[in-house]
Amino acid sequence: METTMSVYRGDKNSGRFVDYKVKQFEGMVVLDAIHQIQAEQSTDLACRWNCKAGKCGSCSAEINGKPRLMCMSRMDQYNDGKPIVVRPLRAFPVIRDLVTDVSWNYEINKKIKPFKPKAKEADGTWRMQQYEVDRVQEFRKCIECFLCQNVCHVLRDHDKKNEFGGPRFLVRAASLEMHPLDTEDRIDMIKDSLGSGLCNITKCCTEVCPESIKITDNGIIPLKERIVDAHFDPVVWLWRKITGKPAQPTK
Amino acid sequence: MTKYESFEQDVLVIGAGGAGLRAAIEASDLGMNVGLVCKSLLGKAHTVMAEGGVAAALANVETRDNWKVHFRDTMRGGKMLNNYRMAQIHAQEAPDRVRELEAWGAVFDRTKDGRILQRNFGGHLYPRLAHVGDRTGLEMIRTLQDKTVHSKNVKVHMECTIYKLLTNDGRICGAIGYWRETGRFIVFKAKAVILATGGVGKSFKITSNSWEYTGDGQAIAFEAGADLIDMEFVQFHPTGMIWPLSVKGTLVTEGVRGEGGVLRNSKNERFMFKYIPEIFKKDYADTEDEARRWLDGDKAARRPPELLTRDVVARAINSEFKAGRASTHGGAYLDIASQRDGEYIKRKLPSMYHQFKELADVDITKQAMEVGPTTHYIMGGVKVDGETAQSTLPGLFAAGEVAGGMHGSNRLGGNSLSDLLVFGRRAGMGAAQYVKDLRTTATLKEAEIDTTCKEMLAPMERASGENPYVIVQELQEIMQNHVGIIRNENELSEGLAKIQKLKPRVDNVRVEGGRAYNPGWHQALDLRAMFICSEAIAKAALLRKESRGGHSREDFPNYDKELGKINFVIKKSGPHEMQLVKQPLPEMPADLAELFKGD
Ligand SMILES: Cc1cc2nc3c(=O)[nH]c(=O)nc-3n(C[C@H](O)[C@H](O)[C@H](O)COP(=O)(O)OP(=O)(O)OC[C@H]3O[C@@H](n4cnc5c(N)ncnc54)[C@H](O)[C@@H]3O)c2cc1C
Ligand code: SF4
Ligand code: SF4
Ligand code: FES
Repeated sequence: METTMSVYRGDKNSGRFVDYKVKQFEGMVVLDAIHQIQAEQSTDLACRWNCKAGKCGSCSAEINGKPRLMCMSRMDQYNDGKPIVVRPLRAFPVIRDLVTDVSWNYEINKKIKPFKPKAKEADGTWRMQQYEVDRVQEFRKCIECFLCQNVCHVLRDHDKKNEFGGPRFLVRAASLEMHPLDTEDRIDMIKDSLGSGLCNITKCCTEVCPESIKITDNGIIPLKERIVDAHFDPVVWLWRKITGKPAQPTK
Repeated sequence: MTKYESFEQDVLVIGAGGAGLRAAIEASDLGMNVGLVCKSLLGKAHTVMAEGGVAAALANVETRDNWKVHFRDTMRGGKMLNNYRMAQIHAQEAPDRVRELEAWGAVFDRTKDGRILQRNFGGHLYPRLAHVGDRTGLEMIRTLQDKTVHSKNVKVHMECTIYKLLTNDGRICGAIGYWRETGRFIVFKAKAVILATGGVGKSFKITSNSWEYTGDGQAIAFEAGADLIDMEFVQFHPTGMIWPLSVKGTLVTEGVRGEGGVLRNSKNERFMFKYIPEIFKKDYADTEDEARRWLDGDKAARRPPELLTRDVVARAINSEFKAGRASTHGGAYLDIASQRDGEYIKRKLPSMYHQFKELADVDITKQAMEVGPTTHYIMGGVKVDGETAQSTLPGLFAAGEVAGGMHGSNRLGGNSLSDLLVFGRRAGMGAAQYVKDLRTTATLKEAEIDTTCKEMLAPMERASGENPYVIVQELQEIMQNHVGIIRNENELSEGLAKIQKLKPRVDNVRVEGGRAYNPGWHQALDLRAMFICSEAIAKAALLRKESRGGHSREDFPNYDKELGKINFVIKKSGPHEMQLVKQPLPEMPADLAELFKGD
């Protein structure tokens, strides 16, 4: 079976969609089609990929308007006779074809204060129960595909990259804040550097996450609550001023 | 003169997987100014894909475990061809390296008493693999990545490919490569270089490896004059996906068997009971009943034979295929649905569940998976000193999959992630010490830089020529068919002849497009390394007239006593010549040799 792929070709200055015919085989994913075009028709078609199994988060693109991993998008779900349209993520500047400049994300990550563990127990180990780590393990599943960053309207439509770190990094901050061993205080950083207040809980990020992380419900909302507690509860506020530590009950 | 950008660093680390990141952290801690380069974005190296776990004798689940047992398992798994000193250091230091990850924020699955949980894996006598479901590599790389970006004086250069190492006066002085984004050239002046570039699997047609695995590190080290070792030993993982075509080769973690998964043939027989090698007989169950009791936690029962080492399981699947008992698409059935309940499977193997559901329309909590061997890992690589990770070229260090010796003829699952941590750290220490001891620095040779730049541009400047993807496909066919899982003299000779015949065509590839983010051009530049490694693998495989570990010879199906005492070392002799030299194994001290009495 032959399928038409309509693929964005261009760079930061200009671009257009080019149609390519590919041979469709059983189980084929969109990334296979891109590779077929590269090997047989246009060797300079640029894309990123590594694992081809949804584990590395390299191959993000917009397929028929939906942000997805190309390696996990089966071609047969689109078999309606129309061309399959593949374009790069919209929230980031295009480098070439399907490759975008995501370096901003790496800069945001640097601002997040690193893990700071509490002292070990007397026997030299740290003890944590599985139920205590389930929550952070959910956040730590993130493969940094940046699909959530791509759909968040604060970044995509309003381009507030100077004020807002985006869902990915709120999840990252949550994974540290809710780590049972962590002692660092990131409340002000989350509010000020990551701009958590700009999120208005539309949950678009959660919808596209290929790792099914409940970004908004489990990550962002609890962080917002912590910020409210820390800033508006006078007891907690005083505790933080004196000790420089977050309030005990929130850990 | 071609234009290039330049950087100066004490230590240049090439590769940002587990080994490279751990090396960079250590070198930075020791006061070095460090450059870290990688071909992909940070956090996308192969390490991120590792699933099953990291091996370390923490003894959290089984108190009988300790480094000596881990050491013995590793040596037996490698069929005694390992550099014993590396295997010893690895087993001794792995527990500390894993605990260190926890101190840096990694969150492993927990035991009931709140410690790091460990799971069973092939060839490990006791449950030994610290893990996070089936995404251990992700946890590890993210933890190391965060530690690295908060380390002092580490500059990360992403999407930058090193093409050549630069030497002067017989020692390392830097490296040259290109930015993938712009195609511009970049020269690093460095007092020491640590290679952490991973493996070679992309030269085979069916593989679990990504586009990055073109053997760059092994090849540039060889070109610069460093020795390679054990290149004939390639690991074919027994369980890759085989259907549909799109995912042929994609890995199915050994964790499936570690969690109780069983292998069956088309006759519904659990065939592994027939394939237990003599030296492992005392450790493996010989009836389904005993295997079941083991799974239920009976400490007196022996382990199921599905947990034999990878070489054994891969060969068994192949034999079943040859005997006409293969699964529908030519492999074996891997079934966990009959052994564990659905919720347990989803919790311990979430990404396998997802992978099969999305890509193969198979629900692993209800149906069996179809699996078959896939090229996975290379045991051989740059020959290094076990203590310092230095290669035979002064100033050049190597750690992780690119280095050889530690795993002998076959690697145990989980022993790679621990290897990255143990020897990544040692390479960082080794390089820092080397830099501190240096009295003079070598200078870069401008003429060499200029010729290299011209060489890199050539595929773009040729008026006509071949598509590099065609050459890659031909090479992959050759390696798969002639240098694959079951080898023999005729196939190997024919394969080598075909490689030699194909090689000159590399000098005639042409790519379209410009220098900016041009995958065709990148592919063209990767060819040289792919050919060097493929030739090395084939040549060593031809000389090793025995079957051992990952290397199986139909015409020499048994161990050869004499060959069991040597490694093949590959040296550069002349501009493009390879010389293979037999090198006796280092002799194990009596206290370690004691552990193998009766084998
Ligand atoms: C699917 C899969 C599952 C696995 N599961 C396990 C497991 O459960 N347990 C286990 O122990 N092992 C496992 N392994 C093996 C293990 O993951 C790898 O052996 C290991 O991660 C290799 O690490 P590394 O640091 O040596 O290299 P990598 O992590 O591969 O990193 C190599 C780095 O070098 C860079 N590089 C390469 N060439 C160049 C160049 N020319 N210029 C610049 N940079 C370059 C790459 O960009 C990359 O950053 C698995 C492997 C795969 C593929
Ligand atoms: S929930 Fe918040 S972070 Fe997520 S997409 Fe909406 S505004 Fe953005
Ligand atoms: S949170 Fe989900 S969508 Fe966002 S980067 Fe991580 S994996 Fe991707
Ligand atoms: S290639 Fe890794 S997620 Fe698609």
